[in-house]
Amino acid sequence: MSGWAVFGEAALVLIGGGIVGLFYRGLDRKIAARMQARVGPPIRQPFLDLGKLLVKETVIPKTAVTWIFSAMPFLAVLASFTALLYLPLGPFPPVLDGHGDAILVLYLLAVPALAMALGGLASGSPLGVVGAQRELVMLMSYEFPLAVVLVAVAWRVAVLGFSPAFSLGTIAMHPLWTVVGPLGILGLAILCLTLLVVTPAELAKIPFDIPEAETEIAGGLFAEYSGTYLALFYLADAVRTVVLAGLVVALFLPYGIAKTLGLAGAAAQAVDLLFWLFKVFAVMVVAVTTVRVGMARLRVEQVARGFWLWGTAAALGGLLLLALDKVVMG
Amino acid sequence: MSERNPKDPENPVLPGVEEEREVTLGGPERGLAEVFEVPIGPIHPALKEPIRLTFRVRGERIVGVQIRTGFAHRGIEFMGMRQGRNLVQVLYLSERICGICSVSHPIAFTQAVERAAGIEVPPRAQYIRVIISELERIHSHLLWAGVAAHELGFDTLLHLTWRVREKVLDILEELSGNRINYAIPIFGGVRRDITPEQYPKVWEAIRYYRGLLEQLLDAFLRDPTVEARTRGVGVLERKEAEGLCAVGPTARASGLRKDVRQDRPYLAYSDFQVRAITPKDYGLTPVGDVYDKIVVRLLEVGQSLDIIEKALENMPEGEITSFPKIPALLAHLKKAEGEGLGWHEAPRGEVIHYVRLAAGDESLLVWKVKAPTYSNLLSWYPMFEDQEIADIPIIAACIDPCICCMDRVYIVRDGKEEAWTKEGLLRLSWEKTRRLQR
Repeated sequence: MSGWAVFGEAALVLIGGGIVGLFYRGLDRKIAARMQARVGPPIRQPFLDLGKLLVKETVIPKTAVTWIFSAMPFLAVLASFTALLYLPLGPFPPVLDGHGDAILVLYLLAVPALAMALGGLASGSPLGVVGAQRELVMLMSYEFPLAVVLVAVAWRVAVLGFSPAFSLGTIAMHPLWTVVGPLGILGLAILCLTLLVVTPAELAKIPFDIPEAETEIAGGLFAEYSGTYLALFYLADAVRTVVLAGLVVALFLPYGIAKTLGLAGAAAQAVDLLFWLFKVFAVMVVAVTTVRVGMARLRVEQVARGFWLWGTAAALGGLLLLALDKVVMG
Repeated sequence: MSERNPKDPENPVLPGVEEEREVTLGGPERGLAEVFEVPIGPIHPALKEPIRLTFRVRGERIVGVQIRTGFAHRGIEFMGMRQGRNLVQVLYLSERICGICSVSHPIAFTQAVERAAGIEVPPRAQYIRVIISELERIHSHLLWAGVAAHELGFDTLLHLTWRVREKVLDILEELSGNRINYAIPIFGGVRRDITPEQYPKVWEAIRYYRGLLEQLLDAFLRDPTVEARTRGVGVLERKEAEGLCAVGPTARASGLRKDVRQDRPYLAYSDFQVRAITPKDYGLTPVGDVYDKIVVRLLEVGQSLDIIEKALENMPEGEITSFPKIPALLAHLKKAEGEGLGWHEAPRGEVIHYVRLAAGDESLLVWKVKAPTYSNLLSWYPMFEDQEIADIPIIAACIDPCICCMDRVYIVRDGKEEAWTKEGLLRLSWEKTRRLQR
């Protein structure tokens, strides 16, 4: 593939990812509102919000460390969008397939969280500092189960002899559910569940919206952010939602429907892409929307304990079952 | 009046505030984390009213708290004591002390004036006052439950509770003409009767809430996340509640059977045998945490339904006021002399109004109001002890604070506290007017 083609594809994916992210955010808000018996905002509201924020004045507090404070929103957006390029998009392999693997995606997911924490620390507001501390505690808690899940699935695919190993593209091409035995299926189910629990934590949504916690620390990390910078964080968050839901789909639900429908060629690709978008949407509704409607916000120490004990135990248990299954099945 | 604060020249402080007591809370010192201050308020999303809580925290743990009030003193008592303002006009003011307990203050105030002026209240009027005040308790407790859910980040529960709260507001509107500020009590009776056509609507609302109460208890008390956030949080032990003179649901959640309706029945309350509700009535050992406060308030909704039911069944016939004509009432009040105390169990606890009337003067000589939050504010200190930042909003909310109702102002000059008399305040006002005219 020529360099220009990759460039064009990347541009398409990045713009599309941003639009889909914001659109899904609108759907998420609408569905949550209907669940709470409210009318809710129009679905295009996130676009309006973003536009409004972009034309608003960007205030930088006197007490802030200006360059860190200003650099972090850009870092968050860059990392979130870059992660899109490593995500298999239904029938299409990742744009940058072969130039980075699942471990890189893990880092790219951690960077926006770190950027937010640094931005909060640099804002010079006590509320921002508390939010940043909480974000870091959260990061340390959910990152290990997340890594275990990713590594377990990637390892199982690698053992099957497919290459490049650890690439999300490879993983998405070879669904594991039909390869492993009953033990493995149980293990995969546990891993899938763990990832679904980690998803709202990674996205800092209720019950894990602790670093922002509007009623407690008035937005925490974002307390001092406004205008363009806040818009960038908003965009990064929307895109990260798609990336995480896409990750769940790539690891555990990488099936298409075109073959079953007997389609081929461009039509098959179009149908599968739409189906992929639907799967991402379904994962978002299950893991983010319903959870945030049905729960109260937890305390940071409750979350840390939960992830370190139960999250880690579940992820390691899943990995162990997968390994046992490999031994049994040969 | 304001002085420059030498430590912080940007924030002028009122005299006397420097002597404000800072309470350092005991608690194990953990880790080497630096102690720093987190200001909550006067404007903060968790607080619906202006008050400043300055927390000293180590990591997430609270090691000290400083509470400063006085941001929203409205001087309603002073306005009520203004020369040339008659008592019926002051009644409207008393109704506006609190937007949520907007019938509790007038009930306490009218009782105080009635005692001072020796006015009898017909039994039917007493029953109507009881019905309206119990309906108000339902709406206030549901409002609080919604706010508490919101402070916990559980917005779905907020929307649910506030949606079901609409029903009681509709009934209040049906009975009084207003959702808030019902203008029902007047000296010597009430301003509106409950007509036979209105009975079925009230009965329907009672049935609606009876069916709903179990659901609400289930949604609040058996939700694992709500439990995780409220059990063992903001504990006010029985001894502390007693020592700090906590009132209302705040005291009752600590196991104190304290309720003015039970301890000192007034109006028609002696007919209903009200018993103060504690978590024991739900089969729990009272701990005094936020969870217990939710239990008590939700059970009190049921208790209010019982009282309204009984009141509707046994409603006596007769007059609704002993002074149907306002001029006759005003003439009687102008002649009256003496002092009176009125009390009422508002949704937040005991309200007390004290008045003194002078013969030949149609305005009030003295008017003193004690809102329940004034008694409950101190219980914040033990409740915040060794808690986490995350618990601040729910602990602050759990006494159901009504800051503007209780705000006070006091002047310290040359280290001496000065009490402002009616004459002194009048003089101050005249001086200001003259200054403005110049």
